Amino acid sequence: MYVPSVTHPIGDFVREWVPKLSAYLPEQLQSQTLDTIVAFLVNAVICIVAVCAVNIGSAPILIYMERKVCAHVQCRLGPMRLGWHGTIQTIADVIKMLFKEVYAPSGADKLMFYLAPLIVLIAPFMVAALIPFDKNLVVSDVSMGIPLIIAVNGFGVLGILLGGWSSNNKYSLLGALRSGAQMISYEISFAMILLFVVMISGSTNLMTITQSQAGTIADWFIFKIPVLGFIGFILFFISSTAEMNRAPFDIAEAEQELTGGYHTEYNGTPFAMFYLAEYIALVTNSALATTCFLGGFHAPCIGVAAVDNYLTMVPGVVWFFAKVFFMIWCYMMVRWTFVRPRVDQLMDFEWKFLLPVNLLLLGAGAAYIVICG
Amino acid sequence: MSEYIILSIFLFLGAFIAAAATVVGLLLGYRTRNTKNKMAPYECGMQTIGNARIQFKVGYYLFALLFLVFDIEALFLFPVLANFREIMSGNTPLSPVVVIVDLVIFIAILVSGLAYAWKKGILKWE
Repeated sequence: MYVPSVTHPIGDFVREWVPKLSAYLPEQLQSQTLDTIVAFLVNAVICIVAVCAVNIGSAPILIYMERKVCAHVQCRLGPMRLGWHGTIQTIADVIKMLFKEVYAPSGADKLMFYLAPLIVLIAPFMVAALIPFDKNLVVSDVSMGIPLIIAVNGFGVLGILLGGWSSNNKYSLLGALRSGAQMISYEISFAMILLFVVMISGSTNLMTITQSQAGTIADWFIFKIPVLGFIGFILFFISSTAEMNRAPFDIAEAEQELTGGYHTEYNGTPFAMFYLAEYIALVTNSALATTCFLGGFHAPCIGVAAVDNYLTMVPGVVWFFAKVFFMIWCYMMVRWTFVRPRVDQLMDFEWKFLLPVNLLLLGAGAAYIVICG
Repeated sequence: MSEYIILSIFLFLGAFIAAAATVVGLLLGYRTRNTKNKMAPYECGMQTIGNARIQFKVGYYLFALLFLVFDIEALFLFPVLANFREIMSGNTPLSPVVVIVDLVIFIAILVSGLAYAWKKGILKWE
């Protein structure tokens, strides 16, 4: 019989404690196998609770943050009425969402219609499980981290296409097809940039990638390879923005053209799920950018021992989320300051500019490794 | 292996949360009678003509084909590039020169494919 064990870092802690606790059990119940299985289950529950808390908890915070950032960019105040500076506005919105009627329009494919939000939500959850939040905080430390992230990200497109096609609405269909075309196109440059990161770090495991950026700020991949790292970071930023369907690449739901895009016909909680998936994707993409370019959970050491001692005292997970929120802030500022390109400009930009530049970047990275080792 | 088992739990977790939310919405949601106008597909107040499942432009399909080629290319490049530095340092039985030449040939074939598609006008969005 195959007994699942805990191999990843949080597991060590659990594996240490479960045998100590099982010593209190009756003699005949104690066994090595039981301990391993219990440790695995305890570990799984901890992971699930933690990732759910991060994912679902971050969405209301991000929605509030987005409204505030948007408002201040446009010289408004944003939500101010509910709670201090409108802090509980999003909670009120969630409650409102819960009591909305859920129904599929006539002619909709009911099964597909309700299946779409499920599929859309799978991808960001799986990606969140692969991100190392700290030295000992990673849910699933698989060796094929980066290819898995690319594969799972492709899943989201399916949900969007399903949602658009099943609602029997022409706006939805158009939005879904545009969104599908855009997402699969930008997925290529997304994969290429991650290839660049893999080439520099020499590993597809996200933990190893983070660990190979240990040291000072100069060791982060954005600065480690002169110029190329920064270009890679910018390209990653562009392609992940398009991957998430965020403005300025929100062709899929260009309000002025397609009303709501692929989720025009959705209402109530299924609609909220699309929204949730979008915001979790924002967190996971920022986390990925942090892991791949900004040194993950490493403190921004500057090489002066007196300062670095204080910086490294702060837990890695705090640095990680500080960087993630910085990235999210960047994504939000980009969203509210840039104008939306036309759909043909968008596709031209990917296939005729981003992809060739990515291939050149890969070549330049290879040349750097050959020359500088 | 157990890493992947935990990961597969997350595969179902996302779906489970969305399903739970939909069920909660169905239970708590306010209900009104399903009139014809309410159930009609939204089209800015117009009467909808015909079904939305219409035949669609082939251009999208061609982009999907190109995507497939390049995504698989990226997948094939992963094992080589993950070990690129090691191969270049000469610690492996593989010769660095041969690997570089292979990579150049591999990418050149794909780039020529992209160039062909570009020239044929597939990348032009109408």
